[in-house]
Amino acid sequence: MDTSVQLKQIQSFVNKLGVMRLKDLIKAVRNCKTAADERAVIAKESAFIRTQFKEENNDTRHINVSKLLYIFMLGYPAHFGQIECLKLVASNKFSDKRLGYLGIMLLLDENQEVLTLVTNSLKNDLNHSNMFNVGLALCTLGNISSVEMARDLSSEVEKLLGNSNTYIRKKAALCALRIIRKVPDLLDNYVIRANKLLNEEKNHAILLTGTTLLIEMCQLSKNVLNDTRKNVPRLVRILRNLVNNNYSAEHDVNGVSDPFLQVQILRLLRLLGHNNVEASDLMNDVLAQVATNTDNAKNVGNSILYETVLTIMNIESEKSLQVMAINILGRFLSNRDNNIKYVALTTLCQVASILTDSSSLQRHSSTIIDCIKDTDISIRKRAIDLAFILMNRQNIRVLARELLVSLETTTNEEKSKISRRLCECANRYKPNKRWEIDTVCRVLKIAGGHVEQDVINNFIRLISTSSTELQQYATSKLYNILNKKNDTVESQEGLQLATIWCIGEYCDLLLQSPLDDSLAINDEDETNNSSTEIPSETEVIDLLERLIEGSHVTNKIRQYILIALVKLTNKLSSNCRDRNNSIIAKYKTNINLEIQQRAVEFSSLNNLNDDIRSVVLDRMPALENTKEKKSSSSSSNVS
Amino acid sequence: MINFMLLVSRQGKVRLTKWFNSNWTTKERSKIVKEVSSLVLSRRTKMCNVIEYKELKIVYRRYASLFFIAGIDANDNELICLEVIHRYVEILDRYFGNVCELDLIFNFNKAYYILDELLIAGELQEPSKKAVLRVITQQDSLAEGEEYSTQ
Repeated sequence: MDTSVQLKQIQSFVNKLGVMRLKDLIKAVRNCKTAADERAVIAKESAFIRTQFKEENNDTRHINVSKLLYIFMLGYPAHFGQIECLKLVASNKFSDKRLGYLGIMLLLDENQEVLTLVTNSLKNDLNHSNMFNVGLALCTLGNISSVEMARDLSSEVEKLLGNSNTYIRKKAALCALRIIRKVPDLLDNYVIRANKLLNEEKNHAILLTGTTLLIEMCQLSKNVLNDTRKNVPRLVRILRNLVNNNYSAEHDVNGVSDPFLQVQILRLLRLLGHNNVEASDLMNDVLAQVATNTDNAKNVGNSILYETVLTIMNIESEKSLQVMAINILGRFLSNRDNNIKYVALTTLCQVASILTDSSSLQRHSSTIIDCIKDTDISIRKRAIDLAFILMNRQNIRVLARELLVSLETTTNEEKSKISRRLCECANRYKPNKRWEIDTVCRVLKIAGGHVEQDVINNFIRLISTSSTELQQYATSKLYNILNKKNDTVESQEGLQLATIWCIGEYCDLLLQSPLDDSLAINDEDETNNSSTEIPSETEVIDLLERLIEGSHVTNKIRQYILIALVKLTNKLSSNCRDRNNSIIAKYKTNINLEIQQRAVEFSSLNNLNDDIRSVVLDRMPALENTKEKKSSSSSSNVS
Repeated sequence: MINFMLLVSRQGKVRLTKWFNSNWTTKERSKIVKEVSSLVLSRRTKMCNVIEYKELKIVYRRYASLFFIAGIDANDNELICLEVIHRYVEILDRYFGNVCELDLIFNFNKAYYILDELLIAGELQEPSKKAVLRVITQQDSLAEGEEYSTQ
C-alpha cells in the first residue's frame, strides 16, 4: 500500500483516539443514578462534540453526529449539529450519507432555513447512480419537504416515477404524495404517471403506493377523480384476485392476502363510487365478495371488513349490500375485542346520518347502553355520541337515565358538552314538561358547575312558560335539593342560579301547599322523596343568606340573590322584609361595582310608594322564545 | 396518514420519535410526546388501543416493555394501523433476532433506517417483510464495505 495512504489511515486512527464511542455514551447515560448525573454527562459530552465540530474533524464527524442524535432523542438541544449533518450528506461514503439524512430528518423540520441548503444535496442524490442513494434522498424529501423544496425538486421526482427500478418508483410515488400535499398546483404533472402505476398488477408495493397517491389526488382534484373512474374495473379486478386468495407467502398476513393493499383499494373505490351510480354498480359484486369471504376471527380481517362497510355506506350501493354492512357492524358491536367495539361505535356514528331508517340500529341500543357505562373513555365517548344520535321520543327516558349516570363520572370538559346536548334533547323529545324539568334539575345537580349560561337561561324560560302547578313543583324541588346542605351539590353554580331565580319569582308558590299532589308522587328523582315539607318564610331567607355568605358564592350568584331578596320583599311579611333589606344594605359597599349599584338601587326602592314598588317587583311575564339571548340575566330586566 | 410514530418504554422513556408532518414546532412536539405518552401509559390492558387526542387518533400497542404509538388522522383505519405497527415490530424482530428494548437503545439508528424503509410521508411503502429486510441488509453491507476498504 502507498505510504501516503497508510499515513492518512494512521492519522485518522489517531484522530479518533480519545473520542467516546456511541456505545460508551449510551452506557454512561444508563449508569446515571439521578437526573442531575445524566444532565452532567450530557453537558460534558455536548461541549466536547461542539468543540470537535469547530475543529472541522472529518474523521470523527460520523461518531459525533450519532452521539448527538442520541442526545437529541433524550430531549436535549442538538441544533448545533444541523450543519454537520449537511456535511455528512455531502460525503461520498454511503454510511455518512445515511446518517446525515437521518440527522436532517430528526434535527430539521421544514420551518428552518437550513433546509434550503439541503436542496442541492438532495438534487445530486436524486440523480445518483446508486439506487440506495436515490432512496435516501426520496425518503428525506418525502418526510420533510417544504413548499420551496417541493417546487424545486418536483421535476426530479416526476422523472423517478418512471424509473425502471421498482425500489425507486415506489418511493417516488409517496414522495410525489408529499409534494402535492405541499403544493397542490403540481398535481397535474403526476396524473398520467400515477395512473400508470396501477398497470403493474404483479408488484404489490407499486400498487399500494400508486393507490395511496391516487387517493390523495382524487381528494385534491375533481378532474382527477372523474378521470380515475376509468380505472374502476382494474381496481375491482385486483381486489377480487386478492380476496379469492391467490396465496403468496410474501403478502400473507394471518391468512389474509395483503390487507394493506385491500384496505387502500377499498378506500379509493369509496372516493370513486361516491355519488356516482355507474362506478358504484361496478363495485357491488366485489364488495359483497369481500364482505362475505373475509375471515373475521382476527384483527386483520376486521380491518378489511371495517373499510368495506365504510365504502358500502358511502357509495350508491344496493340495498341488500347496505343491510349486510349494518349486520357486520352489529356483529362488531357485540365483539369482545374492545378495538372492534370502538370501531363499530365510531362507524355507526358516521353512518347513522346516512341511514334513512334507524330501526336497524335501535336493535342494538342495549349494547350501546352497556358501552355508555364502559370504563374506557374512548368507548364511552363514542357510545355517548351515538346515544344522542339515536335518541327519539320512544327511547329518551332510558337513554337519558344512563347518560345522567355517566355524567357523574366523566371529565369536566365532557360534562359541559353532555349537559348541553342532554338538555337540548330533553327539550326536543320530552314525553312531558314535568319530565323535562326533572331531567334538567338532575343535570344541574350533577354538572351545574360546568354548564354554560344559556343552558340555565333555557331552563328558566322553560319554568317561566310552564303552568303554575309546575312552577310550584320545580321551585320546591330545587329548594329542597339546595336545602340539604350538601357541599358538592352546593358547589354547582348553575344549580344555585336556577334555584335562586325560582325562589325570587315563585316564593309565594313555594310557601303554599302543593296545588297538584299527583306531581310529587311519581318523582323519578329518589333524593326528593324524603323532604317535601313546605318551608317557612324564615327558612327561605335563611337559605339565601347562607348561600350569599357561603364558600361557593360568586359575583353572579350574589347578583341573583340580591334580586331574589328584593323581589321577596313584595311577597313576605314586614318582619322578613326588614331582614331582607338589611342583607341587601350590607352590599351597598361591595367592591364589585355591579353588586354595589344593585344594592343601592334596591335599597332606595323602599322609599317608593307601595303601589309603584309592587308593580316594579311583580312577577316577570312568561319569557318567550324571541327573547332567547336577551333574557340571559334577569337583572337587566328587573332594573 | 400517520402523523407521527413514537416508541416509549413502560417507564416513559422515549426510544424513537418520527414526525411525518410539519404542523408543530419542536416545543409543541415535545409537549405532544409527553401528553401522548402519559395518556397511553395510564391505559389499562383490557381497554381498546385507540385514544382520541386533539383532532388525531392515537393507536398504540404494547410489546413487552415497549409501547409502539402512532398518531393517525381521524378518518384513518385504526385496525390496519395496528397491523402496520405489528409489521414494524415483526421486521425489527427478524432483523435483530428476538428484539428487545436494549437492541433498540443501542441501535436506535437502525430502528430509524428500518422505519424509513417501511413508511414515507406517513404512508406504507412496502407490504412485504422480506423486501424490507432485503434492502436493509444490502444497505448495511454497503456501509460496512466502506469501513473495511478504508481500514
